[in-house]
Amino acid sequence: MSIDKFNRHPTIEGDVIMAQFLQQLINGISLGSIYALLALGYTMVYGIIKLINFAHGDIYMVGAYIGYAVTKYLGLGFMPALLISMAACGVLGILIEKLAYKPLRNSSRISTLITAIAVSLFIEYTMMFFVKPDSRTFPKVLSNNKVDLLGGEVLLDIKNIYIILVTIVLMILLQYIVNKTKIGKAMRAVALDKDAAQLMGVDIDKTISFTFLIGSALAGAAGVLVGVYYNTINPLMGTTPGLKAFISAVLGGIGIIPGAVFGGFFLGMVETLVSAYGNSIFKDAVAFSILIIVLLVKPDGLLGKAVKEKV
Amino acid sequence: MRKKGKKVLNVIFIVVLYLLIQMLISIGIIDSFYELNIVIICINIILAVSLNLITGITGQFSLGHAAFMSIGAYTSAILTAKFNLPFILALFISGFAASLAGIMIGLPTLRLKGDYLAIATLGFGEIVKVIATNTDYIGGAIGFNDIPRYTNWTWVYISVTATVILVKRFVNSYHGRACRAVKEDEIAAESVGINTTFYKALAFAIGAFYAGVAGSLYANYFYFIKPDSFGFMKSIDILITVVFGGIGNIIGSIIGAVSLSIISLSLQDIAELRMVIYSVVLYLIMIYRNNGMFRKRGFKIFKNRKKVKYNVGVISK
Repeated sequence: MSIDKFNRHPTIEGDVIMAQFLQQLINGISLGSIYALLALGYTMVYGIIKLINFAHGDIYMVGAYIGYAVTKYLGLGFMPALLISMAACGVLGILIEKLAYKPLRNSSRISTLITAIAVSLFIEYTMMFFVKPDSRTFPKVLSNNKVDLLGGEVLLDIKNIYIILVTIVLMILLQYIVNKTKIGKAMRAVALDKDAAQLMGVDIDKTISFTFLIGSALAGAAGVLVGVYYNTINPLMGTTPGLKAFISAVLGGIGIIPGAVFGGFFLGMVETLVSAYGNSIFKDAVAFSILIIVLLVKPDGLLGKAVKEKV
Repeated sequence: MRKKGKKVLNVIFIVVLYLLIQMLISIGIIDSFYELNIVIICINIILAVSLNLITGITGQFSLGHAAFMSIGAYTSAILTAKFNLPFILALFISGFAASLAGIMIGLPTLRLKGDYLAIATLGFGEIVKVIATNTDYIGGAIGFNDIPRYTNWTWVYISVTATVILVKRFVNSYHGRACRAVKEDEIAAESVGINTTFYKALAFAIGAFYAGVAGSLYANYFYFIKPDSFGFMKSIDILITVVFGGIGNIIGSIIGAVSLSIISLSLQDIAELRMVIYSVVLYLIMIYRNNGMFRKRGFKIFKNRKKVKYNVGVISK
């Protein structure tokens, strides 16, 4: 995912610094939305089974390919593609959880982590085997209309609007599920204390599967949005955004849902501004440096609360 | 008396193995292709053993081991290609450079535990990679070319033997026991007067030193290095080797490095499916032998598996 594609409307004049800044802000929010959607999956899975799900970025890649297949071969529009991709990725997420992580629930963290990496490699290279490693162009499903702001200095692409709107809707939906429904309550209970939740009659397996379903569906949505926005997809597209989204989750405080959203937008903004005003080749280094600094200063994340360690 | 006899036997074995392979190379039974693979396997052994010291013995979960290798490889490349220093000097300086980086990243981040430490080391690895990619002096993204080839079987073998013997002796020493105490229970270790930060930093320094040596051997064998070779995936590969061989088991790391390298090599003919099969093998190993193939009591592939929790740097509830 190249950030340079954001700089499609370079503004050269001296008095348009503000306009340029606004433009970058819009781009940053769009990129941040993708990170936030992905980070939500990481943070929920980590919150509930304490696993860094390295396969999450690859679910997002599969989501992009499903969106591609649905729009290209079935000729469906943006919304159906989004929904089908979300559903399919949700099922994939449950499948991964049942096959790979459930048998290892009681073993060491390091072996679950390596299983996650194995799953990630498996998805990447199986996809590569079937769809071939080259990049594909995503069909145009949204019009190229642009909205001019500030007398044409700032261009708001219709795709930006779609990305931001879809993200906001999905986040409100997630917030509703987690805070207002019974299964959401179960998720929070399992995240807080698995054994106690089980004693209270919460079906742990079902709750964990549901968490994977939601997280993976969000990743699928992010995949379709990225495909629509950047027009290009490839089987290894998931690794870098996967890591970045994970950083976002850690920045906001892993296991905390608003933290993941905040971290995603924060990282998207920082990366866009670094590429716009600094040097785009250092954007990854900046992201990781922020991560290390945050971990050193406030290991529980920017929105996290320090938890006292019991002896 | 018996112990002494065993030691003599070990020394004889080490020398005979060296001479045997050296002889096979000089008569030409082991051609350059096999020699290349032997060098790769040996480098992987050094990396696995050194990461095992950090992750397996001291319990510090590191995902940035390839970065230390990269620092060693680039240091050695600069010293031998640009300053024409003798290889032995370059080898040691590379080790110390990596070790210094290990202490530098180690001291601040060692306050972190478990997954957080893993993420921080991962971030460190990526930062090293980005810096290497964007420094023109060392070739940038294109890579560092024309590194003289000094590494041969003798160098590699001496390095592997030295690494294994020194790490094993360290593990069984006073300081090694302190490191193991840190792994088993940090709070308990601290309460009996072990300076946990010192031992964590020490483990990182020693582990990074050998990784730097491995990087130096790598750079001076392949003429050419590029930042991508030392990315996140390389760190993961090393970690997989360690877990495959059994966490905390030095001999296991050696067997792990050899067998994984052979698996990887035998899959080379079916390049397209290679990674798919590799990931399935990895998955099966983790499901059925999640404490590694080789435990302390040797090779037990079909025995019933007891669930032993290795809390790698993670405070369990």
